[in-house]
Amino acid sequence: MPDQQANPTLPKAPTGIEGFDDLTYGGLPAGRPSLICGAAGCGKTLFATTFLVNGATRFDEPGVFMSFEERADDLAANVASLGYDLDGLVAAGKLAIDHVRVERSEIEETGEYDLEGLFIRLGFAVDSIGAKRVVLDTIETLFAGFTDPSLLRAELRRLFGWIKERGLTAVITGERGEGQLTRQGLEEYVSDCVVLLDNRVEDQITTRRLRVVKYRGSSHGTNEYPFLIDHEGISVLPVTSAELDYAVPGGVLSTGIAGLDTMLGPGGFHRGSSILISGQAGTGKTMLASSLVDAACRRGERCLVFAFEESGDQIIRNARSLGLDLDQHVAAGRLRFEAARPSLFGLETHLARMHRDLDQFRPQVVVIDPISALRGSASILQATLLRMIDLIKARGITAVFTTLRGDGSLMRDDDLGVSSLMDAWIKLQNLEANGERTRTLYVMKARGMSHSNQIREFLMSTGGIRLVDAYIGAAGVLTGTARLIQETQEKAVSELRLRETERSLRDVARRRSAIERQIEELRAGLDAAQDEEERLRAEDRLRAARVEAERQELTARRSAAE
Amino acid sequence: MNDITPDEHSPETDPDHDPGHYHLRLYVAGQTTKSLAAMTNLKRFCEQHLAGRYDIEVIDLMENPQLAVGDQILAIPTLVRRLPSPLKRIIGDLSNTEKVLVGLDIRPKADQS
Repeated sequence: MPDQQANPTLPKAPTGIEGFDDLTYGGLPAGRPSLICGAAGCGKTLFATTFLVNGATRFDEPGVFMSFEERADDLAANVASLGYDLDGLVAAGKLAIDHVRVERSEIEETGEYDLEGLFIRLGFAVDSIGAKRVVLDTIETLFAGFTDPSLLRAELRRLFGWIKERGLTAVITGERGEGQLTRQGLEEYVSDCVVLLDNRVEDQITTRRLRVVKYRGSSHGTNEYPFLIDHEGISVLPVTSAELDYAVPGGVLSTGIAGLDTMLGPGGFHRGSSILISGQAGTGKTMLASSLVDAACRRGERCLVFAFEESGDQIIRNARSLGLDLDQHVAAGRLRFEAARPSLFGLETHLARMHRDLDQFRPQVVVIDPISALRGSASILQATLLRMIDLIKARGITAVFTTLRGDGSLMRDDDLGVSSLMDAWIKLQNLEANGERTRTLYVMKARGMSHSNQIREFLMSTGGIRLVDAYIGAAGVLTGTARLIQETQEKAVSELRLRETERSLRDVARRRSAIERQIEELRAGLDAAQDEEERLRAEDRLRAARVEAERQELTARRSAAE
Repeated sequence: MNDITPDEHSPETDPDHDPGHYHLRLYVAGQTTKSLAAMTNLKRFCEQHLAGRYDIEVIDLMENPQLAVGDQILAIPTLVRRLPSPLKRIIGDLSNTEKVLVGLDIRPKADQS
């Protein structure tokens, strides 16, 4: 995209074609002729018609359609499917259609002439409705009707001069020619703005592209932009912007799976991040994404799912087996499925459709399931995914991509290439052992948060998705029945150990009580000995006292006799 | 479809209908040299080849621009042979008499005499 803004002095006439007015910063040059060229079937007439119809209905600028190829009735019928009511606009005086029939066989040239009749017709039609816009589709037909090209060229030059003089914003269509933009070199005369429409087929897939070749006095997007023609008309999508300056929305987005949320530090993914879910067929990628979508819808957010391998109904049905009712979200307008085979359009067209759907639906969560379904050469695929992620991130949308990780090295390379663009990567893997397959999940990376590095077993049932801690031990990582067996074994072993310990404890207690008993006995013996000692000492003291008393009595008796 | 009502005269309902009669209409835009030359050439030519069995209607689109659509006029001057059918268109100032004869399906005078 050009970095400078359009010169404000150059007035522009908006075409009302989504995207085109953005990349030309306002539309076609007002009051000047612009050339729209391209090969047959490029959408030139539709571009021109849209320019007129939008002018009449949205910008209050009536227009004249001068058709050199299609009759007015055909023209009206061709665009009726887009909801353009040409007859109604004609009746309302906002549009005039003049079919100019040029039939070589009916014209005999007998001398000097000019194309004043064309001027008069155009002038009359313009004056009759006060037209501001004019379409000449395809004026080169004149070259088939008249033999004098130099006179025609002079007259065309005069016509374009006349258009400028009258201040009419004109769209002139021209068929793509060999070696130049148009067959008759109209680009020489219409020098203000030239838009090239292209319809290229690669690998049997058609992609429409538009390029502003020249825009005098104004900056414009210079790239080739894919554009769409479908039931909503024409829309151009400038999706090549590759700036990384988008604002990051705050907040955390819960995945709706309790076990997965706890594996992530903040309790979910950062909003606006891109999340890759990789895994082989049957690992539960779509169901994991469905759970996330269901959780988002329950919170009242809007989700858009681009399904490349299944129809929306099929996803809804499959999600029902997990107990998720996605139907109610679709009915409430919070969930939309856009299912299309990847081979239906080229990558550019897929991007373009995505761009339009994102802007229309304005979702908070987008699921692309799976990106590995997109086909193309590695470099183109990489570029497309990069732009896809930019497209989504620039809008602050949380994106969930799923991818099948095949065994082929190319796929693995692609995966690695993609993974660097992703903020988070959940890997689903089927572990096969002992004749059993188990789903496992782990978080490979999650930018800007701490996360569990452990493998989890991933169980899907009618109750939803549940994560179980896998057994990690000496015997390796065990899941499924093996995990159950191992767990039972461990339980038995630990029970045995428990019983043994208890027995030892009981033994020790018993021994301890025996010792205590012995201590009691000894203490009793000790007490008895002490008592004996006391008694003997008391007797001894008593005897000594008696001897003393007897001796004193003897002494007294002896003294009396003396 | 168009707000400009074509000025259609069906040859069958024309009162002057007779096989040899020529009903010619010359479209011009103002009094330009080409227009004047065409008028002079046409008059001379008709007197020479169609004396007594022609009528000429001159339409100036500057005055009646709405009439240009009906006969699919692009070039000026244009001579339209309304009768006898089929409708023929001759453009230019009619200076090339031979081409005018071919255009109007008139055999040269030499054959008639």
